[in-house]
Formats: sequence, C-alpha cells, structure tokens
Amino acid sequence: MRLTVLRIAAALVGLALAGPVYAQDPRLDAAKKEGKVVWYTSLALPSAEKVAKLFETAYPGIKVEVHRTGSERILSRVMQELQAGIKNADIVHTSDAGHFVLLKNKNLLLKYTPAGVDGFPAGFKDKDGYYFGLRATVNVIAYNTKAVSAADAPKTWKDLLDPKWKGKMVTAHPGYSGVIATHVLALVNQYGWDYFKQLAQNRLMLVQSAVDPSGVVASGERAVAVDGGEYTFYQTKKKGNPLEIVYPKEGVPLVVSPTAIMSFTARPNAAKLFTDFTFSREIQQVMADSEGLYTGHPEVKYPTDKPKLSDLKLLTVDPEELEKRNEEIKKRFVEFFGA
Amino acid sequence: MSRVLAEDLARAGVPRRWAGLDRALPVWASVLLALVFLMALPIGWLVWMSVGGAAGVTPRHYLAVLHDPALMKALWNTVVLAFWAGLASIAVGAPLAWLTARTDLPGKGLIRSLVLASFVTPPFLGAFAWVMLAGPNAGLLNVLWRDVTGAADPLVNIFTMPGLVFVVTIYTFPYVYIMVANTLALIASDLEEAAAILGAGRLAIARTVTLPMVLPALVSGFILAVLQALALFGSPAILALPAGFHTITTQIWALFQYPPKVEMAAAVSMPLLLATALLLLVQKRLLGRRGYAAVGGKGGQRRPIPLGAWRYPALLGALVVMACAIFLPYGVLAKAAFARAWAQPLTWSNVTLGNVTFTFFEYGATQAAVLNTLELGVATATIGAVLVALLSYVTSRRLILGHQLVAFLALAPIVIPGVVLAVALFIAYTRPPFVLYGTLAILFVAYLTKEMPVGYAQSEATFRTIPPELEDAGRILGAGRLRILRDVTAPLARSGIIAAWCFIFIGVIRELSASIILFTPNTKVMSVVIFDLKEEGHFGAIAVLGIAMLLLTFATVALVQRVLGRDVLGVRE
Repeated sequence: MRLTVLRIAAALVGLALAGPVYAQDPRLDAAKKEGKVVWYTSLALPSAEKVAKLFETAYPGIKVEVHRTGSERILSRVMQELQAGIKNADIVHTSDAGHFVLLKNKNLLLKYTPAGVDGFPAGFKDKDGYYFGLRATVNVIAYNTKAVSAADAPKTWKDLLDPKWKGKMVTAHPGYSGVIATHVLALVNQYGWDYFKQLAQNRLMLVQSAVDPSGVVASGERAVAVDGGEYTFYQTKKKGNPLEIVYPKEGVPLVVSPTAIMSFTARPNAAKLFTDFTFSREIQQVMADSEGLYTGHPEVKYPTDKPKLSDLKLLTVDPEELEKRNEEIKKRFVEFFGA
Repeated sequence: MSRVLAEDLARAGVPRRWAGLDRALPVWASVLLALVFLMALPIGWLVWMSVGGAAGVTPRHYLAVLHDPALMKALWNTVVLAFWAGLASIAVGAPLAWLTARTDLPGKGLIRSLVLASFVTPPFLGAFAWVMLAGPNAGLLNVLWRDVTGAADPLVNIFTMPGLVFVVTIYTFPYVYIMVANTLALIASDLEEAAAILGAGRLAIARTVTLPMVLPALVSGFILAVLQALALFGSPAILALPAGFHTITTQIWALFQYPPKVEMAAAVSMPLLLATALLLLVQKRLLGRRGYAAVGGKGGQRRPIPLGAWRYPALLGALVVMACAIFLPYGVLAKAAFARAWAQPLTWSNVTLGNVTFTFFEYGATQAAVLNTLELGVATATIGAVLVALLSYVTSRRLILGHQLVAFLALAPIVIPGVVLAVALFIAYTRPPFVLYGTLAILFVAYLTKEMPVGYAQSEATFRTIPPELEDAGRILGAGRLRILRDVTAPLARSGIIAAWCFIFIGVIRELSASIILFTPNTKVMSVVIFDLKEEGHFGAIAVLGIAMLLLTFATVALVQRVLGRDVLGVRE
C-alpha cells in the first residue's frame, strides 16, 4: 500500500515536472470550457478512479466522470442510450475489442490517433485508426495457497477438467466481462466448446466481473479461479493474500482493451486531452506499477516479480471474430453453466 | 347524501352553484388522468410489445418463450422459490405472531421491534450479508462450524435454492406476522376459555378454536409472502446467479443485455403479471368474507395465555429467528464495513476506515447516487403523499362518479412486479412522444407507480377515521371543497399523511428491481451502486453504503412511530 502511494506520488511529481508541456496544449482552453469528460470504462473501479484523479490534478478545471461497469454492460448501456437519443459518453473503454468493430461499423467512433502510440505493437492499433489498446492483461489460473499445495495446483487449462475440483472453482462471466468473453473465445478456438461443456460439469461458482475471482479465491470461498484478469490476481497477491498465479504453458489468452472517442461527443477537446493523457508514458507506467497491467508503450518498465508479456505464450483473438461470435459466446456459456 | 346536502344548502340560502358545480372537479379529473398516465400507457405498451410484430399481432414471442428451456426453467424456479418462501413465512411468522399477540412471552415489545426491523431491511442487503455468513467455504458460520467440529463439509451453502428460500423468508415472514398478529389481537379469549373449561388441552384449543379463526389471515399472509418472493430481484441475483440458476426476474433483466430482446422480456413478464393479479384476487375474496363474527375487536377480554415452562424456550426460538434476520446480518455488515478483508478475524491490523473514505470520497458515483436517492425519495414521497391523500379523499367521501374505479386504479400497481413495471416504462418512455429514459423522471414515475398502493392504503385508512360531519359543517358555512380540505380535513389527517409520506420514502430508497433496468450513469441510485459494487466484489464499500441505507430507513421509521404514536406494524381497528 505504502509502495503504491509512493509510486503515485512519483508519478505526480513526474506530471508536475511535465506540467508546462501540458499547459501549452492549444486545446486546453477549449477543453476547460467543456469542463468535463465522461468516461465509460471497464477498468477496475479503484484503478479507474485513480487515473481520473491523476488527470484532474494535471488539468485543474476539467473533471472526469467515471462510469465503471463490465465491458458487456457498457456496450448495452451505450446502445440503449442511443436508442433513446442520449449522447452521454465521450470516451468508451472496454475489454471486448469486438465492441469497437461494432461501434466503428455503426459510425459511432471518432477517428483520432492518441499522441505517442507510434511505438505501440500492431496488436494495440486499429488499422483504420479509430481505436487503440490502452492496456492489456492475460487470463490466468489462480489458487488459494491455504487450500491447495503447489504440487496439487492445476498447471494447464485441461487440468481444470479434473473432477477433483468439483465445487471448488469459480469463473467470471462473459455476459458481463469483456476479459472473460475474450478468454472464452480464445479457449474455444483452442479446444472447442467441448472444453467448457466439460468444465461446467465441475459445478463452478459464477461471478460477474473478471476482477471478482481474485476476491473469491483470496477469501477462500473457492480454491481455484479458472479465469480472470491477471492484474487483479497480482494486486490481490501483493496485498498479502494467500494466492498464487499459474500461467498455463499452452498459452494465456491476451486481452487488449481498446479505447475510443465517440463520434457524437460534445466535448471533443477534453476527450482528446484525456485520451492523450492516458497514453502518456507516466500513466502507462502507473498502470504497470500499481495495477500490474501490461501496456503497449515501449518505454514502460514492469515489476520484476511477474513475467513479461514477451516471456508468455499468448493466445490472441481477432476483434472481428469476437464481434461476430459475441452472442454465441454468451448464449453457449449460459447454456453450459446455467446462468 | 349529496342531494340531501344540496337541498339543505338551498334551504339555508346558499347559492346553488356551490353544490351543483363543484370547483374541485378539475382537481379530481387531473388526478384520475395522472393515474391513467402512470398505469395505462406503460402496461398498454408492454402488452403490445409482447404480441406486436412486423405484420400486426403475433404469438411469436410467447411461442419463443415456451420453446426456450432456459426461460421455462427460470419460470419454474420462481414458482418453487415463491411457494416455499410462502410456506416458510407461515411457519415462522404465524407462531411468532401468536407468541407476541396472545401469550405472556417475555420481551414481546423487543420481538415486535425486531420483526419491524426485518420488515424494513432491504432484502438484497440481507442476501448480501448472508453470502458472508454462509458462503460454503469462506462464510463465517461455516468456518466456525469446521473449526468446532472438524467437518469437511459446510454446515449450510447459501448458494442453493434452499439457501435462497431461507434468505427470502427471513425478510418476508413479517407479512404473515402482521396479518396474523393483527387478527389475533381482535379475537376475544372467550371462545378459547370456553374450550379450556370443557377440558380441551392447549394444543386442541389452538387447533380447533384459534386456527380456524385466523385461517383467512394465514392464507392471506401466505399470498402476500408469495407475491413478495415472486417480485424479488436482488436476492436471486446475489444468491441464484452464482449457483448457476435464474429466476424470472433475473432472467428478464438478462434479456436487456446487448442485443436487447425487449419483446421477449415483455412476453416473459406476462405470466408474472397474471400470476400476481390472480393471487391478489384470491386474497381479496378471502378477506372479503365476513363470516367470522368472533373476529370483531369489540367486547370480550384478551387475556394472555400463560406459557409456563415454555416461556424461555419460546423466547429463545424467537431470538434465533431474529438472529438470522437481524443480529447476524447486521453484525457481519458492520464487520465488513470496517475490515480490510471481511473473511479474516477483526484484529487491529485488519481494522480500517478505508472502506468509508473510498465509498464516500474516492468512488465518484456514491455522492451523486446518494443525492439522487434522497431527491427521488423526497419528491416521490411528497408528490405521492399529496396524490394518495387526494385519491383517498375522493374515494372515502365518494365525491365523483366512478370513485370505485379510482380506488381500483390506485391499488392496481400492486399487481405489477418492479421488474415488469420497469420493462413497461422502458418501452413506453424511450420513444416519442415521451422520452424520459436517462432522466430522474422515469425513476420518479416508476417509484410513484410502485409505491402508490402502499401510500393509498395508509391514507385511505386515515380518512375513514375522520367523520365527514366536520366537513359538512364547513360547507354549510360556505367554504368550498378545497378550502375545507385545507382548513378542516388536512389538519386532522396530518399524521396519517406524514405516515404515508414515510412509507413511500422507505419504499423508494430501497428500490432495486425497477431501478436496475431504468438507471443510466447519471441517474444512479444507492441500491444500483450497491449492486454495481457487488458485481465487482467490493464487500467493504457495499457494507458501508448498506449501513447508510439502513440508518436512513430507521430514522424514517422512528419518525413514523413518533407521528403515529404507535408502531408501524399496526393493529387493524
């Protein structure tokens, strides 16, 4: 905790030093007139609030309205609001890349390239220039070290099918979380739907957010999490909870979470300022340090107590495919797991 | 009556126009219009949506529901839940009612207060607390059980249908309790004593004398409990979804996921709507029967039945129930609110104020949600209290033609479960000419509609106790209806109207099942924020907000008790 505070303080000092650069931004006055930016985000709540506070500190006079919920809920919300003619969101950020294909095809995204994304890997950039990966995580297995010994712990995705785990595991939900929707598609492409059909035989506890399995396992309510954002497990472990992360050798589903400005935004300047801010090295570094996220920024340094993205075998999914099979993923998951 | 009055007035030399053309008529007319607007438009849209297709009326959506095994399973789960919760509510509520109404049980006042507390506790908070108490592995009761017995299996698993029935029951049994306790309080002891003199034992008396007299109240309480269980959203969402099953309310909510299937949601809503209407009809028939001369409330004494050696075991039993409904859940909420990790012992290093500061100062949504909740609570309660006062005045004084219809309409929303109402309002008010979605107005309409029956019932009871003679006197002296209402009736009805205000307010601040479908990010309310936090697993913040909600509720209850000069559970008189 103390360490986190120090890191944020360091980041703030960094921002303060960089202050004059921001202050000279010609868009600043226009953005201040706009007064705020509305951010629909699936970034875990405390992390999202932290990024918002850092922005408000760097740009006094521009408020960030954080609306945090699951990726799939964000999409439902945006579409429902549009149906009623409500244009509330300025920036949408979810962990389901398929959403951005859908939004782009419906002409709902503003074409904008955030400053400093040139050096990002190709997987973080939309080829048409509408959306960019703000952060990334991988799906992993995690277990409670009080309930499971390292020797007994599952090592691979297929190990989770062992009946000895019956009633002892937890999964998050692809109907709520984009991290999980991406995860399900990646493993379906690897093993087919049969994998999830068998997994469901082990009677899993269902939670919604990809953040929640870490809490469930840390509290001991279930011994093993079969999915979930690696960064949430990492944070939970760092807080001293009895939790260990397993990175299956067959590969870990990579989740790149894009962000984009909505085409109908009434606050384009503030939205662009905020987007640039979130892609700046400082903020990308904050996300890596205190949140344990991966990013596309080439200069970001990662904590030494977790594997680098390049050390892992990554299972990637195509955003187009994710968009096309969105309904199938949710429907079949519910069919197997019951709700 | 009014003709006689008119003639009296004419004889007294008052101009005929006072009696003939009542200037208050526009008021009643607009009130009636508001009712139609709140009810007819949304429900009309709902029915149309469920049968509407590109080429006119179609049974397609209903057929789709029938052929979807998941939806049918959800319907069946709801039936199972409601039936068992109803029965269990009788098993708990009826004995408690008998003990506090008719026996010399020690601490009766305390038990009554605790039943009241259970009555006003938001069920979803209870469900959430029971996750921490009886989650199969981390639940504190199960941890304790394993520590004491060394057993490998949990004592209870709350993530099951029986677990759900249990949690629903502990917050639903007050409906049975109120019905039965109020009936028992009106039955004189004579008959029971006669039976005792003739040599019947205590059990025989209870079975052959008392039970038949309270039977209508029991069945009626059962139906109310079933209705509550049918309409609940929060408890199944917290306890059934993790176990991998839906009830009809959570299923309707899930149908709103992108791409939304509003037609299906409308079609699935219909069975729920019809079942509720049917059950209420049965209940009305039951209560309408006036065959029980002994349940009169007049004459005869009510002597407490001595429990003898059973006094303390009975008290213990009552306290066990209250421990499940109040002590344990409130305790674990308090612990979670001030703990870093709720599942760990509350040692010094585990104590924190961090949850409080996070909830109120770091989490941007909280402050706005608290404000929205208070704003909606005050607005709905104020406008609602005025509306139900006017309505019940109209119906109790039979002021206009069709006053029975007004009474029916005012009570009608009780057949609409919150989720169904929300679906209806969503359909009606996301399209022109009335786009209310995205504003607090749509929540206001939902709350006003939903709370109207409760407010109306309270208000109607108030006006019945005010004799019309005083008003007639005022009219003879030349005052118009509105002036009389303001100067004569309103002051007399004041405490009753304030009570109606409080009932509506309490209902609004805990409302979840309609809000969860109608909210937008700018119109979040406390219950929705709690639900949001639950989905991400922020136990501490939920506990903090939950406690805030409870404090607000109890402050309001205390206000009602003070105004009414009696407890809220009431005795029918």
